[in-house]
Amino acid sequence: MARITAGVTTSHVPAIGVAIDRGETTTDYWAPLFAGYEWSRKWMAENLPDVVVLVYNDHASNFSLEVIPTFAIGCAESYQVADEGFGPRPVPEVPGHADLSCHLAEQLILEEFDLTVVNRLDVDHGLTVPLSLLFGQPEVWPVRVVPIAVNVVQYPQPTGRRCYELGKAIGRAVTSFPEDLNVQVWGTGGMSHQLQGPRAGLINPAFDNAFLDRIIDDPEGLTHIAHLEYLREAGSEGVELIMWLIMRGALGERVTPLHRFYHVPASNTAVGHLVLEAG
Amino acid sequence: MVERPDFEDIPGTTVFTAQRSRQGFHLNQFCMSLMKPQNRARFKADERAYLDEWPLTEAQKAAVLARDYNAAIAEGGNIYFLAKIFATDGKSFADAAANMTGMTPEAYREMMLHGGRSPEGNRSIKEGR
Repeated sequence: MARITAGVTTSHVPAIGVAIDRGETTTDYWAPLFAGYEWSRKWMAENLPDVVVLVYNDHASNFSLEVIPTFAIGCAESYQVADEGFGPRPVPEVPGHADLSCHLAEQLILEEFDLTVVNRLDVDHGLTVPLSLLFGQPEVWPVRVVPIAVNVVQYPQPTGRRCYELGKAIGRAVTSFPEDLNVQVWGTGGMSHQLQGPRAGLINPAFDNAFLDRIIDDPEGLTHIAHLEYLREAGSEGVELIMWLIMRGALGERVTPLHRFYHVPASNTAVGHLVLEAG
Repeated sequence: MVERPDFEDIPGTTVFTAQRSRQGFHLNQFCMSLMKPQNRARFKADERAYLDEWPLTEAQKAAVLARDYNAAIAEGGNIYFLAKIFATDGKSFADAAANMTGMTPEAYREMMLHGGRSPEGNRSIKEGR
């Protein structure tokens, strides 16, 4: 039987991918950021899962404005790396786990979470930067990935509560998969940031640190944060934090925090990172 | 297009609603076309001619040609789509953010290194907080 062993949250800033791809991780600017992931990379190497259910958002790479799925699940054997306007990142294609994806799609839709099933999905920095942060620069990614894409680009995004409940349903669906698999769930994006308009550059460490505290002990409380509050407090792109609630819902009632990191800035963004053990 | 006064109350911010998505549909679809290297090459060779192939308003075309991202957002552009333009220019999100705040890239980078823009006074125009 498959089991969820751990959860990871991390920001997925594109400039972090550029720094890795150009070998700039030890510069004065970037070294403190990558130092915050060192413990996690070692832990990950020793606790490698078979599959990561990776919750991320597409940034106008696979989904244009023609179709905007609120929740989508990749069900492919593998996922190509998108060209975001400067050529694809020089990282390996992402191996999928189609059987687990199809099982999750079936279970979740029967539980009335109506995910869009995607059989061809090109993945952008939202998915590949977290893989790079946790696995470095391997020839082949050491895990299989089930991508769950969440619309955070166009208002209205799903509510935090809906995300948390979806996470719980993912938790149930994973544990009903008959194959013996070690599964992690990652929630990516955030923390506070705004990439547009005269208010660009907004960072709110008080909001972010309270969120880091509460995602551990009070995720239910976080589900009450409305869109307007994310916009005001965490910037127009800070609403990505709803994706962390999917991860948290999947992990069950209790978690043990193993690692916590917060850093400002990575380009325009406050970076937050947690490793949580289920139970 | 004021349908949400509470959104309009957030300083220096445009919320990308379904209505704005309609307004900016062709502008944003044009941006996505720049994900193909052959389209980037054609755009760079003659920006105006490439833009003229798309059913954009003159204001949308002018915003793109001037790389005026605030104007592009006012015309329905979304930052993740507009990112394909500045990626084509070899520019980063931080460069584009500086452009939209009216700061030099250096001054913007300094602000971020010092902790970014505080939310104090930037949450609500009406409530002044």
